[in-house]
Amino acid sequence: MPTPTPHDDRVHSEEFLHTLMRRQLKLSIACAAAFLVVLLGLPLANYFAPALMATRVFGFTLSWLVLGVLFFPAVWSISWYFIRHSIALEDDEVKSVKR
Amino acid sequence: MTTLAFLNGVDPWIFAFSFVTVAATIWMGFRSAKTSKTASDFFVAGRSVSVGWNASAISGEYLSAASFMGVAGMVMSSGYDALWYPVCYACGYLFLLLFIAGPLRRFGAYTIPDFAEGRYDSPVFRKIAVCFVLFIGFFYTMPQMKGAGTVLAYIFPGMPYWGGVVLVGTVITLNVALGGMKGITLVQAFQYWIKLFAITVPVFVLMAVYGLYNGHVSANTPAGVPAGIERKALVEKAPKDDKWVAPFGPLTTKAVNAAAAVLPAEERPAYLAEHQKPYSLLYTYSLIIALVCGTAGLPHILVRFYTNPDGVAAKRTTMWVMILIGVFYVFPPVFGVIGRNLMPELYTGLAGIKGTDQVVLKLPTLLSEKYGALGSILSGITCAGAFAAFMSTFSGLLVSMTGALAHDVYGRMLRPQATQAERLVAFKFAAVLIGGVAIGLGCFVEPLEINFMVGQAFAIAAASYFPLLFMSVWWRGMTMKGAATGMLSGGLCALIAAALTNFSTLALDKGPMGKVFAGFAPLNGFWAQHPLLRILCEQPAIWTVPLSIGLMVFVSKATAASVPGDIRMKMLVLHAPEDLGLKQEYIQEHSHGAGH
Repeated sequence: MPTPTPHDDRVHSEEFLHTLMRRQLKLSIACAAAFLVVLLGLPLANYFAPALMATRVFGFTLSWLVLGVLFFPAVWSISWYFIRHSIALEDDEVKSVKR
Repeated sequence: MTTLAFLNGVDPWIFAFSFVTVAATIWMGFRSAKTSKTASDFFVAGRSVSVGWNASAISGEYLSAASFMGVAGMVMSSGYDALWYPVCYACGYLFLLLFIAGPLRRFGAYTIPDFAEGRYDSPVFRKIAVCFVLFIGFFYTMPQMKGAGTVLAYIFPGMPYWGGVVLVGTVITLNVALGGMKGITLVQAFQYWIKLFAITVPVFVLMAVYGLYNGHVSANTPAGVPAGIERKALVEKAPKDDKWVAPFGPLTTKAVNAAAAVLPAEERPAYLAEHQKPYSLLYTYSLIIALVCGTAGLPHILVRFYTNPDGVAAKRTTMWVMILIGVFYVFPPVFGVIGRNLMPELYTGLAGIKGTDQVVLKLPTLLSEKYGALGSILSGITCAGAFAAFMSTFSGLLVSMTGALAHDVYGRMLRPQATQAERLVAFKFAAVLIGGVAIGLGCFVEPLEINFMVGQAFAIAAASYFPLLFMSVWWRGMTMKGAATGMLSGGLCALIAAALTNFSTLALDKGPMGKVFAGFAPLNGFWAQHPLLRILCEQPAIWTVPLSIGLMVFVSKATAASVPGDIRMKMLVLHAPEDLGLKQEYIQEHSHGAGH
C-alpha cells in the first residue's frame, strides 16, 4: 500500500468530488449556452426575419457575414474564456487541497 | 513510349507540385520510422507531443478532402446552406473542449475502446466500442478515396477513377505500416501548413486579380453586378441567385422539391408554400447536431488527445486546433463563390465526376489567360494541398482503425500474452488489411458527393461515441448496459439511415454503380411520397442523438445496481487535476482489487 498523504481524506470525500464536478460543469455549461444561443439562433433568425438577414453588409448578406466570417472569432473568444477560467479553477482546487 | 502514354496532356507544374508533396510525405514517414521503436511510440507517440505540434497534427489530420475540395464544391453548388459545413466542422471542437478533452486525457488510455473498458470494467463493452471505430472509420475513408480518385483523374486526364484510388491508397497504407503514429504526428503537422498555404495563396491571388470575396457574393443579386467584378452567364443547371445566396436553398429543400415534382402542377405552389421552409429548418438543425456532436466523437481525432502530456495541455491543444482550422475554413467558400461567377461551366459536370468538387483544383487555371504559367503553378499548389488533405486524413484514420484492430482485437482479445515484437508485426499486418478494405470501398463511391459522405460519418459518430463519452464523463449513474444499449441503437440507426440514402442515390447513377444498386431504385419513389422520412434518413442526427442519450439514461436507471463499485474513484481520476496524483493511486488500487 502507498503511504497515505495528509490530504487523502479530503480528496476522497463525497463532498470534494461533488464540488469539483459541479464547478467544472457549471463553467462548461455556461460557455456551451453562449455558443448554442448563436448557433441555434441563426437558423431561427433566418426563418422568422428573412428580410433583415438578407440586408447587404459590405456586399455579403447579413446572414452570410455572420455565418461565413464572424462566427469563427466568436467561438475563439468563448474557448479562450473557457481555457482561462478552467485552468484557474484547477489551480484553485490543487491549492485548496495542498493547503 | 507507349508505357508513358498516360502522361499525355499532363501539366508539368501540377504534376511537379503533387509529386513533391507525396514524396515529402513518404520521406518523412520513413525517416521517423527509424526513431519509433516501442509499441507506445506507435500507438500514441510516447505521450510526449507538445501543444503546438499536437494542435497542428490534429488540424492536419482533421482537414480532409471534404474540407479542402468538398466544402468549396458544395458552396458553389448549394450556396448559403453549405456554409454550415465549414462552420460546424470548426466549431464542433468547442463541445469537445468544454465537455470531453480534459477528462478523457486524464483517464489515460490508448484508445476509445480502452476508455470504454476502463470506465465500466467490462471487456464485452470494449468489443462493441471497437466495432464503431471501424464503422465510422470506413465511412470516413470513402470520401477520402473519392478525393484521391478525383484529383488523380484531374492530374492525369487518361487515368480511370479507380486507378487513383488504388495508387494513393497503397502508398499511404505502406507509409502507415512502416512509420506508425510517431511518424504520422510529424507528417500531419507538416501537412496542416501545406494545406493552409495551398488554400490561402491561390485565394489571395484570385481575389487580387478578379475582385474580393464580398464583391463576388454581392454579384448574386437582381440589382446587377458591381463594378470591378467579372461574371459569366450562369448555365441552366446552376441554382438561381436568390435561392443560392439565401438560407433554405437547394441543399435543404431537395427532398421537398422532389416530392412537389410528382404532384399535379396546380397543387405544387400550395404544397411548397406549406412544407418547404419548415422542412428546411428541420434539415438545417439536424445537420448542425450531426456536425457539432460528431466532431466530438470522431475516433481518429480523439485518439490524438492521448498524445498530450496532461489534461490542461489537452484543453490548450483543443483551443489551438479551433484557431488553426477556423482560419483555414474561412477560405474554401471563397473558391465556391468566385467559381460560381467565373467558372459556371463546372455546374454541368463531367461524366461521372461531379464538376463542382473540382473547383478548388481548376479555378486557378483561369489565371493562365492573363499571366501564363502562374495559373498552372497555383493549380499545382491546390493539387498539392488536396493530396495533403486526403493523405493525412486517410493515414490518421488508418492509424486509429489499425490501432483498434492490433491493440484491441489482437493485443487484448486474441493473444493477450503477445510480446512487443509480435504486437508490432500485428500492427503492420492490420494496417495492410484495413488499407485494402478501404481501397475496395473507395472504388464504389464515385457518384456520391465528398462533403455529403463525410457528413454521414459525422452523423454516425454523433449518435454513438458522442453520447457515450459525454454521459460517461459527467454522469456517474451510467452502467455498462445503458451505455452499450444507447450507443448501439443510436449508432446503428444512423448507420442504416445513411446507408439507405446512399444506396438510393447510387441506384440513380448512370454508370456501372447504377446497375449494382438497381435493387434500391424503388426507394426513390418512396422518398418522393414521404419527403420528411427522406430528410430524417439523410440527416438522422436530430432523432438518433436524443434516442441514444435517452436509452442510456433509461437503461442505466433500470440497471442501477450494476454501477461500478469504485465509481467515485473513477470520477475523481476523470475530473481532478493531475497535480493531486490520483491516477497513480487508482492504478495501484485497481491492480490490487480487480486482478487484471
